[in-house]
Amino acid sequence: MSPSMQMSVVDYLVLGDSPHLEANACTSCGALFFDRRNACAKCGKLDFERRPLATSGVVRSYTIIHRAAPNVPVPYVSSVIELDGGGVVKGNLIDAGSDPEKIELGMKVKLTTFGCGVDEEGTEAVAFGFVPA
Amino acid sequence: MADNIWIIGATMTKFGRYPDKDSVDLASETALGALADAGATIGDMQMLAVGCLLEASNMLGQHLQKQIGQTGIPVFNVANACATGATAVRTAMLSIKAGEADMALAVGVEQMGKMGLLGPAGRERAKPTGFERSGRYGTVMPVEGVLGTQLMPGVFAQAGMEYASHHDGVGFEQFAKVAEKNHAHSTLNPLAQYQKAFSLEEVMGSAMVAYPNTLLMCCPTGDGSAAVVLCSDAKLKTLDPDVRRRAVKISASVLTSDPYVESDTAQPDVSTLTKNAAKTAYEQAGLGPQDLDLVELHDCFATAELIHYENLSLCEPGGAGDFIDRRGPWRDGQTPVNVSGGLISKGHPIGATGVANLYEVATHLRGEAGDRQIEGAKVGLTHVIGLGSACAVHILEKAAS
Repeated sequence: MSPSMQMSVVDYLVLGDSPHLEANACTSCGALFFDRRNACAKCGKLDFERRPLATSGVVRSYTIIHRAAPNVPVPYVSSVIELDGGGVVKGNLIDAGSDPEKIELGMKVKLTTFGCGVDEEGTEAVAFGFVPA
Repeated sequence: MADNIWIIGATMTKFGRYPDKDSVDLASETALGALADAGATIGDMQMLAVGCLLEASNMLGQHLQKQIGQTGIPVFNVANACATGATAVRTAMLSIKAGEADMALAVGVEQMGKMGLLGPAGRERAKPTGFERSGRYGTVMPVEGVLGTQLMPGVFAQAGMEYASHHDGVGFEQFAKVAEKNHAHSTLNPLAQYQKAFSLEEVMGSAMVAYPNTLLMCCPTGDGSAAVVLCSDAKLKTLDPDVRRRAVKISASVLTSDPYVESDTAQPDVSTLTKNAAKTAYEQAGLGPQDLDLVELHDCFATAELIHYENLSLCEPGGAGDFIDRRGPWRDGQTPVNVSGGLISKGHPIGATGVANLYEVATHLRGEAGDRQIEGAKVGLTHVIGLGSACAVHILEKAAS
């Protein structure tokens, strides 16, 4: 049974039929940001537009976390993903195990989503991660 | 140059655990020690800068004055992440450069206790009640471990692995060799929090924290303080010959922050600002990496030290793995790095770190480093970086006798 209501865990993850990430793109220089903006960190201009980002990319870096807060399941793989067409984002490599031999820097990945918690009202928070493409 | 600034007093506590002291005790000990070392008194100081991160809002500098002398001078309480101590020293320098002071005291201190490797982030988090968006990312719950990691062991692991992804011959073993070296170096430093050597196998086999950083490749938390007394060129000329003989010149002092890079959206960039700081520092000093007799750099994690070999131009571009493989940064190597034991073994009481590495280099340039002395040291470089981000690089030179 899936919960009746879902919410993305951060507002730059857009759910629906084709889940993807959305950035605030500077209309002047094209720099991409995931947070609420006051001005552009690259060029200082003020105007932004929402831009959907690709759901495919490559692993730019990773680490396998073995020590975390008590209710964060370990080990897990944190990675830095360079999305095709622009945007660099941090997320977990899902089901990647804990063997560094099996994770390849530069490997192609695609975005996936997973439930990461349910609140008292039954709303499920949905996060994103990456799996080998 | 007429506007040179000199270190004429320097001291530090042993780094470690001081459950029976507070940060004012630790800061008082080094402040008084540095003043005595400079042959000066608090009455000679025209400015005080105190770096402390965790108690940045507590007016610690004024609490220190109440223990060592309330002379009414301006006090700057400084916080700048792991660059806090170095920024305090720089603040004192700037007061002298601006002509507001001819002698100034800079103190770095931190009382971290046994807060654990992950600090407050290592504690259990509350169960979610009603999801509601908050903050700049519209987050509905804590996302550490859900959307990757932003804790320091992992962030610096990722920084190291990104370097590894671009350069063959860099991997777990090269990173581990950094920690093997720093633990070995620390056995000669009585001021280090830990003074125990470990084999490469022991380093690689210790508990994994954030691959490739094992526990022995992570700096500990701890308590400690360090202090320096600075003076202007003109003031130095009026001081005792013995103070002048032991004076150490600050040939470069540079503070940088992150320039924009695309990957800032994923994690802070620890390299670009370090490269920028090093380049400017070498220009200011009119010296190059080949002139350095020792370097104290910010090895908060072994992965960090390795990439800073390249960021500080201690090795050829892409050559950091080879540099450690051929023992270039060992104390008997090409450019000794972290002969104090580094943050990994000497310890990292945050606010004290950027002053303590100036103490370390100055002590070698004075020829007073005892068993760990780098013989004939004339030039040294210090580097700290705090996320995200502040980087300070200083180049020190032995006084021309």
